Amino acid sequence: MSMKTLRGLLLLALLLALSGCHTVLMSPSGDVALQQRNLIITSFVLMLLIVVPVIIASLVFAWRYRASNEKAHYDPDWDHSTIVELMIWSAPLLIIIALGAITWVSTHKLDPYRPLDRIAAGKVVPADVKPLEVDVVALDWKWLFIYPEQNIAVVNEMAAPVDRPIHFNLTAATVMNSFFIPALAGQIYAMPGMQTTLQAVINKPGDYWGMSANYSGAGFSYMNFTFHGMSDGDFDKWVAQAKSHSDTLDHATYVALEAPSEKNPVHYYGSVTPGLYQTILNRCVEPGPSCMNMLRMPGPGGNGGEASASSDSHAAMLMAHPQ
Amino acid sequence: MTLHSPDLGKLIFGRLTLEDIPYHEPILIFTFIGVAIAGIAVLGLVTYYRKWGYLWSEWFTSVDHKKIGIMYIVLALVMLLRGFADALMMRGQQAIAFGAHEGYLPAHHYDQVFTAHGTIMIFFVAMPFITGLINFVMPLQIGSRDVAFPFLNNFSFWMTVAGALLVMASLFIGVFARTGWLAYPPLSELPTSPDSGVDYWIWGLQIAGVGTTLSGINMIATIVKMRAPGMTMMKMPIFTWTALLANVLIVAAFPVLTATLALLTLDRYAGTHFFTTDLGGNYMMYINLIWVWGHPEVYILVLPAFGVYSEVTSTFSRKRLFGYASMVYATVVIAVLSYLVWLHHFFTMGSGASVNSFFGITTMIISIPTGAKIFNWMFTMYRGRIVYDVPMLWVVAFIVTFVIGGMTGVLLAVPPADFELHNSLFLIAHFHNVIIGGVLFGMFAGVNYWFPKAFGFRLDPFWGKVSFWFWVVGFYFAFMPLYWLGLMGVTRRLRHFDDPSLQIWFEIAAFGAVLILIGIAAMIVQFAVSIMRREQLRDTTGDPWHGRTLEWSTSSPPPPYNFAFTPQVHDIDTWWQMKQYNWRRPVQGFLPIHMPKNTGTGVYLAVLSLIFGFAMVWYMWLIAAISFVALLAVAIHHTFNYDRDYYIPADEVGRVETARAGA
Repeated sequence: MSMKTLRGLLLLALLLALSGCHTVLMSPSGDVALQQRNLIITSFVLMLLIVVPVIIASLVFAWRYRASNEKAHYDPDWDHSTIVELMIWSAPLLIIIALGAITWVSTHKLDPYRPLDRIAAGKVVPADVKPLEVDVVALDWKWLFIYPEQNIAVVNEMAAPVDRPIHFNLTAATVMNSFFIPALAGQIYAMPGMQTTLQAVINKPGDYWGMSANYSGAGFSYMNFTFHGMSDGDFDKWVAQAKSHSDTLDHATYVALEAPSEKNPVHYYGSVTPGLYQTILNRCVEPGPSCMNMLRMPGPGGNGGEASASSDSHAAMLMAHPQ
Repeated sequence: MTLHSPDLGKLIFGRLTLEDIPYHEPILIFTFIGVAIAGIAVLGLVTYYRKWGYLWSEWFTSVDHKKIGIMYIVLALVMLLRGFADALMMRGQQAIAFGAHEGYLPAHHYDQVFTAHGTIMIFFVAMPFITGLINFVMPLQIGSRDVAFPFLNNFSFWMTVAGALLVMASLFIGVFARTGWLAYPPLSELPTSPDSGVDYWIWGLQIAGVGTTLSGINMIATIVKMRAPGMTMMKMPIFTWTALLANVLIVAAFPVLTATLALLTLDRYAGTHFFTTDLGGNYMMYINLIWVWGHPEVYILVLPAFGVYSEVTSTFSRKRLFGYASMVYATVVIAVLSYLVWLHHFFTMGSGASVNSFFGITTMIISIPTGAKIFNWMFTMYRGRIVYDVPMLWVVAFIVTFVIGGMTGVLLAVPPADFELHNSLFLIAHFHNVIIGGVLFGMFAGVNYWFPKAFGFRLDPFWGKVSFWFWVVGFYFAFMPLYWLGLMGVTRRLRHFDDPSLQIWFEIAAFGAVLILIGIAAMIVQFAVSIMRREQLRDTTGDPWHGRTLEWSTSSPPPPYNFAFTPQVHDIDTWWQMKQYNWRRPVQGFLPIHMPKNTGTGVYLAVLSLIFGFAMVWYMWLIAAISFVALLAVAIHHTFNYDRDYYIPADEVGRVETARAGA
């Protein structure tokens, strides 16, 4: 096994990996997804360092020491070698030390809860730019996007201006879903009575595909939506267009919308009852014992930590999160 | 009150009505007709050849670990056909359901199919396969005459069968779960899954789980207490080591599954709120608990397969296993670490970065001992004289395939990478890569390797190789496109797609599934041809592969008592060493052998459990109560059975051994 063949094969593998460039995960349009892509490639190459030689050596040994090859050395009692043992434990160990370090750093850096500090490589978030707030509700079987600042809501379509951080708050109405726009950023679960957070930014204008990545029942296959990355001007036009719709997303409309349905067309609501998202999150749409604001009033001294609720906060059972 | 009183009807039939029989679904009707014809044919043949008495007294009631092991593997192969039929249906649906074309399976049916596929393949194919192989091989390897608790073994087997039957019953009576194979709440709770599906899943797994847990205890006791004199822990064959650790994992992990299912049952039957969204319930607890069982489960499956690879590599390389001690420690380390990684199944549930990194890194650490094992197999081949019989072909295919699966697994263990790849077809490709390439290939190697021990003749190598090539090539065609689709952002469990550019990859995957189908067919042909040609394939030596461990020292098939004299162990490769010293089998001085007696109690208990489970699924409270009381009564009655053992007289042992010596 010459080094040359080895290098050739490594290059081939790399080429194969690169030829995957046109897949959405390998050519994303958001900075977070891009960093995740780079991490996938780094980890992959790091592992190929050991995987390719192992595959080649196994095949070479399997061929060379075939019974019909009388020329090969035969040593039926050779079953131990301290040097070899040391090597076979330390080679994977070294790779894992490297990969473990990368994992620790990247997991903290790409924590979906962590506010973005850059919008692209070498471009920090300008001090005066506040993230776009989007509250996401996974319904059976469609997505509801509420824009609290713009006071609009949309079913099965969302838009965001390019290069402005987006701060998603996510919950669900009945069952677990996973919110995933592959071109934008990795996914995170959207769960009833629970809030998760995702921070992301889109860097190129375009229409991207979003979906639920966690099976949620009969209509799951159609739980898709389009995510538009837009210039600031186009985004303002999109908001104005949404605002021009007379429908209001209030309690009653939401209850009707919440009923299971499939293949819902895009629908705009020109205004939203304030606090509706909190009502949904805290399961107070239906009056009764499920409403968590009622159940979990903070005790005196407010020692509840993340799990306690205050009437104005992201309430109820926020995922414990140490940051 | 008359007999037609609706209350009495409800008491007996619960919520089961005629509407629950899916006579309006043509696919199920055809399946039913097919199953019925095949079933009647088998029953008819057994009746025609008057084999019922033989089956009952020699097999069903047998407490012989070898026969129980064989029955487990028959169960696994039968259920493989069912699980694979589900796989073909999914591949077919996904290959055609694009754009305006909805495919041929509605969500109601498709969602049951993928749930059943996962459930059956893990619980009723992979699990019986490894339990069966351990049952057959391990007592022979440690020079024992049976397992520690022979009746318990028979009972465990029949409970597994009862669980499988309950899951199969959902095909024709009611529906199966439409939740995915781990039935995550809140989806699996009563408001969103009100029908019989999740209940079939729960009771099927609970009944089979009793069998698995008890069998785990039995195997541990056997390995710890019943090894031949001289066989210290560090002289145990490596397959026995992996069996020991897999069963330790079973005993530690399956009670978690049982408890989790019991809590879900309380939610569904008694209105509690353990895993609901409201009233203090927390479904995230379920997801944690189910994976506290679920991750060790994959090592329960793969460790015995690793054991098979070790035995096969060493035997067919005609060489001692390289790095025995490091193999043992690697197995122990994997077993321990398997409890520290469960959270990697849901990095996307919102845990903090430190928690996610911890579980990501512990997951990667498992690849160190696993990598060491791969190297050990490599260096076992190094300077060997490798004979490529069918079992060894599976080993080479395993090493290449498993290394790829391991690599993608480590990739998924990096949390930010997992955010992109979680729940995608990349994940599906990964775990099929390790479960087919790791577990199933090992089981096929094991079946080809130990078949001559079990039946006294080898499996036909030609059809074995045909099956091998179709399986391996089919695997790559079926699953490599799924890696690719995962990178295209395609998620699992979808039954319809909009993007036409995906279709070609699904078609390639479907083609791969057809190749695997041919591989399975070739395997069935292999069994049939081998039985027909058994005289040419006959092995009279008991040691057709020049084996190294004790199971090859006895005749094939071994006598009911396995060893006339308990062997004395001096080496890891005891039998190899005995052959080196020209060991001669004793032909006189036989003693009567104390043996356990067959009993039908295992079958009775399993039938009652099946009735109980079915009654619980359909809310048939009266039948449930009666069958439960009967279950307790039969179990207690069995404890008063003092007629449980007998002696094989010394002269009969002598006759059997002499007959063999003359062969």
